Formats: sequence, structure tokens, C-alpha cells
Amino acid sequence: MVATIQVDNLEIVGRRGRGAELPIVRNVSFSVARGEMLALIGESGSGKTTVALSLLGHIRSGCRISGGTIRVAGYEVTALTAQERRSMRGRVISYVAQNAGSAFNPALAIMRQVVEPALVHHILPRRDLEARAIALFRALALPEPETIGERYPGELSGGQLQRLMAAMALMTDPEVVVFDEPTTALDVTTQIEVLAAFKSVLAERGVTGVYVTHDLSVVAQIADHAIVLKDGAVREAGTVSKILFQPQDLYSQALLAAAEPCSRQSEGVEAPEQQSVLDVRDLVVGYGRSTSAGLPEKVIVNHVSFSVPKGGMLGVIGESGCGKSTLARAISGLQPWSAGELLLNGVALSGNVTDRAPEQRRRLQLVAQNADSVLNPSKTIGNTLERAVRFYSGLRGEAAARRVSELLEMVQLSPALATRLPSELSGGQKQRINFARALAADPQIVLCDEITAALDTVVAAAILDLMKELQRDLGLAFIFITHDLHALQSICERVAVLYAGQVVEVGPAAALGEGFHHPYTRLLHDSVPLMEPGWLEETRLRRLAETMPATLPNPSSADAGLCCFLTRCPDRVAGLCDRIAPPVRSVVHGPRVLCHLPASIRPEFSS
Amino acid sequence: MAKRKQGAGDLNRHLPALIGRRIFAAATSLAFVIVTVFAITNILPGDATDALLGQGATPQAIAAMRHDLGLDRSVFLRFWLWLWGVLHGQFGYSLLNGLPVADAIRPRLHNSLLLAGASAAVAVPVSLFLGITSAIWKDTLYDRAVSVLTLGMVSVPEFVIGTMAVYVFAVRLHVLPALADVASVHSIGQFLRAFFMPVASLALVTLAQMVRMTRAAMADTLSAPYIEMALLKGVGPARLILVHAIPNAIGPIVNAVALSLSSLLGGVVVIEVVFTYPGIAGLMVDAVSSRDVPTVQACALVFCLTYLLLTTFADIVTILSLPRGRKA
Repeated sequence: MVATIQVDNLEIVGRRGRGAELPIVRNVSFSVARGEMLALIGESGSGKTTVALSLLGHIRSGCRISGGTIRVAGYEVTALTAQERRSMRGRVISYVAQNAGSAFNPALAIMRQVVEPALVHHILPRRDLEARAIALFRALALPEPETIGERYPGELSGGQLQRLMAAMALMTDPEVVVFDEPTTALDVTTQIEVLAAFKSVLAERGVTGVYVTHDLSVVAQIADHAIVLKDGAVREAGTVSKILFQPQDLYSQALLAAAEPCSRQSEGVEAPEQQSVLDVRDLVVGYGRSTSAGLPEKVIVNHVSFSVPKGGMLGVIGESGCGKSTLARAISGLQPWSAGELLLNGVALSGNVTDRAPEQRRRLQLVAQNADSVLNPSKTIGNTLERAVRFYSGLRGEAAARRVSELLEMVQLSPALATRLPSELSGGQKQRINFARALAADPQIVLCDEITAALDTVVAAAILDLMKELQRDLGLAFIFITHDLHALQSICERVAVLYAGQVVEVGPAAALGEGFHHPYTRLLHDSVPLMEPGWLEETRLRRLAETMPATLPNPSSADAGLCCFLTRCPDRVAGLCDRIAPPVRSVVHGPRVLCHLPASIRPEFSS
Repeated sequence: MAKRKQGAGDLNRHLPALIGRRIFAAATSLAFVIVTVFAITNILPGDATDALLGQGATPQAIAAMRHDLGLDRSVFLRFWLWLWGVLHGQFGYSLLNGLPVADAIRPRLHNSLLLAGASAAVAVPVSLFLGITSAIWKDTLYDRAVSVLTLGMVSVPEFVIGTMAVYVFAVRLHVLPALADVASVHSIGQFLRAFFMPVASLALVTLAQMVRMTRAAMADTLSAPYIEMALLKGVGPARLILVHAIPNAIGPIVNAVALSLSSLLGGVVVIEVVFTYPGIAGLMVDAVSSRDVPTVQACALVFCLTYLLLTTFADIVTILSLPRGRKA
């Protein structure tokens, strides 16, 4: 049988600016049989997207194919003219981009864009295409399939756009679909729905696929075969089960080890002191004019309370839009709050960072998500750190330089890096510099906002190790804000689960998988894909079995102070959850949960 | 879902508010301009009596004349009288010949608008074409040539270009008249002969900025992920530019064009003087040298108003061209 995709000895070179041409893809060969899904696994810079795009005959500017052949569904892609390439793209092979939010044209309605590939290839008249698109929207479980096409990209959520993009890719009934990290930008609870929708539609149509990803648990769910790429070369190829369970190559093994959920909690460490370093009490943060009650028009963080013990590590988890970042901005004094208070060592902090005492500012430091936007690109690392050292400790000259070397060693970087510019460092190194800058203040507590989100798995794992070491060696306390449950569980002692601006649960991080939890915590925990083939189907079946209770008579939960998870909750009780605000309940040695259920647990109404 | 729909409703409510706020800002600027124009023309030393009566005038003659012209009244009273007139389209009477300023301005304004309009009609299409094509063929020889030429143009002041043109075409080659004799234009040939040099000089200096801004806006759009996506859907080059790129670049482009056109106003003043063109700028320059305050005030107001209209228009287009669901 002839393979649908056949790539032989592919070589792609590229240049940066006026530099010499460097190889980006080296001698890559693979084939995909009809109806199968191949996963291209690799970290950023591995050339996986370059290979995927080359299947459509698209090479980004500055790069070119310097050798090898690509055959897709009978076309020799490497030998096509521009005209032929255009006629093939979107019709024979289509593409689902990583970030549907930016891959949809913001100025055009969704329907116009979805029917476009079929329209430019004159497959059917527009009216028939629109009917076909609506059928696809329905198959991909999109809400309001009849009218969703009239909306504009800015009006839809990330998960919806990603599914709409899949619909667009399938409009022409292509033989091959290339997926480029289509779920990376999504929340886990959304990812599972999108993956299931993709999988069933692809299987139904017998589409051959290429799936680019760095997430091995997703590979386990969706692909038949996989190849592991590093620095543009194939390190290992084989069936998914072979690569995931018996990896031969050292690099594949390292990737797997980093993806494996592991605990960094050291057994021997004494329990952190119970005295708290930071207390958040009933914090309300929002935007817009304040109402008569003194609360903002649009509440983002809704009466949030938690505390961080000295030397402890608290994780804050929640999906995008739950108020994580607003909370981080409020704690760091960049976004004033409307109600509640924030105590550092028992002393109230101002909501405005400029009103905080220098000593208070020194003790509470922020490490931001994107090191690139924090480090001044025209200043050397040494300059940046020395400035922070001078500002906080007043050291100068020789002493300051010594302190900079010390800081670099603390984050496990060579002091020689002090002479480099940020652009000469890797993503992981920049994030360490970001840490060193915070450590220059000799803080008591460090607020980390999604610091591993932009990093590759292996690099992120090393940063988590670093955090744990800093906690042990310097007695630092951390607030780790993240959407990655595995990362959180591996380093944090306690976790606060944030949903729609409310803390729905606070408890020990280790026990998230067992015992009683808030229904949202359970949903979150169960949505993180496991590296087991078949997990997706099982979870989906289990979800379907949990039939949702009868719809509630239009509860306006926000106004009445009712449960914020009411509309999505599988366990809600009519007549209780839609009428009475949920109490705080706590389990002995377990979490405190904002929920009515189960009634057997002792409620603890917080006054 | 209901929440998102409400978001779209918010947008429909916000849009008139945004535009209303912008118009209010323009009105405020206009009020400020009116006060400033009056204040500045009154701070200037000397008045029309000096210019009319000459240096040998007796104090009695000056006092009598000041009384006749109303210059001996208090500044505030004069301001209110002037403002009242302005609001009724009445800019007062020229201190030189006693004729209504509005009557003197009308034909001159017409001529200036003709000159500015003709220049814009040449400059806008040419610069859109050059800007869009050089963004499409970015970093090619063509792009670099356009970029060097436009940069060269923007660095030469308009009076140099105008004077050079007069020297070459009128003085040396004798192919075009040195003066723009608008009164004797009766045919298209005469129109072209009279307008060629002033229009070309004006267009050249405004072109550069528009080309560069258009290129930047277009290049920015062309590097967006949705353009690559359209390419991967098999969309052809013409459709790519017209359907996918231009609707997203049009806001910044129109903004750049309107701002450049407002800088055309400054160019008009210089060019009218160089070619002794009978426009409003020439009138204003004459009025300044003869201290004809009501005429100066009226001309200054007309210039400021045109400038305000253009920039307000640019901002409103930008607001309208924001994609749905992205409006703040």
C-alpha cells in the first residue's frame, strides 16, 4: 500500500538576517499510511512546525528546502509550481493552527472564513457550503451551530475557535489534516472536549493526520505513530506505545521523565512553621465604577482569602479568566482592591505599590510569566542584576559585583553570564535571571505568575527543581500561580482552587486525587490527560454517564451569591444549590470547600 | 453564551459613546483654539492704526482711528463681540478696506481647497499604491528604492522643491509659468499648466509620510498569523491582499492619510507664497504684514478648523475599523 504522506531525506535551511544559512531540518524521513495519525513530538526549536508546514509546501520567509522530497496524496509537493501549490492547499491538505485566536482574521465573520477554502477551490456554491459548515459545527459540538458563523472571532472563546478552525480544515474533505499544537493554548477542561471532538470527526472521515505537539499525554490519546524531533533531526520513530513505554533514545527518555508527574516534596523536611507570612483576607478586586455597596461593577476576584505560612509553598490554580493574574497584580500592588486586606507578617499592605514601605516591597517579590518582557534587552545581565542589588542593598562596586555572582550561582548559572545580553540566553536561562533579580531583594515571599507556562517540559521541570531548592535553602515562601496541575502538585504543599474569582477549595496539594473535593476541583483533576492510550474515551464515557441533573430555572448565581460553579456542576441539587449560597465545609486534615455537598461533612460557616 | 451576547450588546452601546467622546474632545479643542487665536492676535504688539497711518501720525489721529475701529474697547468686550460674530458666520470687517472678512476669505478658501484637493487627489492614490506594493514586496530592490526616494523627499522642505521647480521649468526650460495664474484658467490645458508645479511640489512632500505609514501598517498586517493561515487555505494573492489584509490595515492607513493631509495645510502656506497663488494662506500672510487682525483671526480659525476636522475624521475611522469584539 502506498503511504498517503511520504517524506524522504528532507533538509531545510534558514538564515537569520544576513547570517549564513543554517540547517533547521536535517535528513528527516517518515511516512503515514492512509487514515493514520502521526505525532511530531519535540520542544521549541526542534523544527516540528517547520516540517509540518513543509507538507503544505509552505516555508516561512528566510528559509528554503535544500534537499529531499515530500509526497502528499499523490502530489510531489517539492516539485509543484506556485499555482499548483495553491490549488493543493486547503483542498487536499489543510492546516489547524496553534492559536486559533490569532489565526482567524479579526475583521471577517467566522462563516466567511470557514467556507473560504472550499470557495476558492470552487468545490460547491456558497449556500451548500454554509449548510456543510453548519453540519460540521454540529459534529464538533459547537454551541448554536446555526448562528455561530455570524459571529466575529473576538466574540468567541479559545476552545470554540479551535473547533471552528478544525471545521474550516475539514470543509473541503481533505485527505490530510495537519494539526499544529491545536490544544496547547486551551484549558485542560476545554482541551478534553476539543480532543474528543477532533478524534471522532477524523475517525468518521478516515482523514490522515499529522499532529504536532510537545505534550506526550495528548500523543497517547490521539496518535498511532510518533517521531521525536530534536534540533531538526529525528531521534526516534515508532508506534506511540513503543515511544511512550519503551523509549530507546536518551532524549526521548528525558522527555518522558520530565512529563512524568513526580513529587519534589522531600520527606525529611520539617513541616513549615505555622506562622503565616502573607494573609489574603476577603480580597475583592475588579474593574469599572464602584456600586452603592462599594464593590466594583465587574468583580474579577471575589472575596478571596488564604494564607501562606513562612517558608511554605501555596499553589493557586484555575482556568483562564478565573482571576489568577488579577489576584497576582493585586498582591504585588499593581491593581488596587476594593475590599478586604492583605497582611505581610501581620502588617496591612497598601493596594498601591508606591505607597508600600521599601522594606515591605523588598520582602514581597514578583517573578513574571514572560522573562522577555521583564528584562531590558539592551542591558547586560550583570547590569540588570547590579541595579537591583544596588537598589535593595545599597552595595556598590566590588561588593555589588560579588553579590551578582552569588545570585547567579544561587539560580545555578555561571557568573560568566553577567556579561551577556538577554537575547543571548535561552528561555530557561532568562527565567532563572528573572528569579535572580527577585532574589536580589532578599525577599521573604516570591509570587510566581505562570513562570513555567512558556517553557519546554524539560526546562520547566528544572525551574520547578530550582524553586524547591530555594525554598529549602533560603526558607523562601512561594505563591505559585499556574494552570498546570502536575507542576503544582509536584512542588506545593497547599493549593487554592480558583473558579470565577472565588476560592472554591483550599487544602493539601497531595490529596487532590482522593477524598472529598469541590466538584470543580474534581473536574480539573480528571481533565488532565494521563499518558495512557484510551484515557480520553474512558473519561468521556464516564462524563456522559454522569447525566446532568434537570436544568435549573435560570439561576442568576452572581446576584444571589449562589455557587459560582452552579451551571456546570454535575452534582447540583435543585432547590438547594440554586437557592442558598454554599457554606464553607471542611474535612479533618483535608480541604476547606465552598459547597453544599455532601451534607455529611460538618459545615463551618465563616462569620 | 448569554454573557457573550451581552458583550456584543455592550459594543453597540459603546460605539456611539466612543465617537461622541471623540467629537466632544474636538469641540473642546475648538473652543480652546478660538480663545487662543483671539488672545494671541491681541498680544501682538502694535495694531492696524500703526500700519494705516504710518509712523508720523499724531496721537489724536491714532486715538480717533482706534475709536472708529472699536480698538479702545476692553479686551473682554471685543472678545464677546467677535465670538458672537464668529458663531453667526460673521468674522468682522477688514481693518484695511472695511469689507467683510468673510467675503474676502470665501474665494480665497475656494482656491486653497482646490489646490489642496488636487494635491491630495494625486498624493493619496500614488502613496497608497507605493505603500501597499512595497509592503507586499518587502525587502526587495523595489521596496528599498521607494523607501530611499520617499525619505529623500520628506527631508527636502517644500519651498526648496517649489523654488527648484520654478527655476528648472519656468526660468530655464520656459515650459511652465512661474506664477499660478488661476484667474485665466478656462481649459483643462490651462488648468494643468497653472497647477502642475504647485500640485506636484505639495504632493511630493506629503507623499513620503503617507507611503511610509501605509507600508508600515500593511507590513504589520501581512505578518499576522491569519495571513499565513489564509495562504495555507489556498487563497490567491489578489484575494489575500484585498479580502484579508486591507480590511485590517485600513484603519491605520486612513489615520495616516488624514494626518498627512492635515500637514498639507502647512505646505499650502509655503507653496501659495512661492507661486503667488491667490489662496487663503496668501491672504493670511498679507493680513499679518498689514496687521489686519480680523482677517488674521478668521484665517487662523479656518486653518485650525480644517486641521481639527481631519484629525477627528482620522480617529473616528480608526474607531469604526476596529474589529468587532475587540473594542475597548
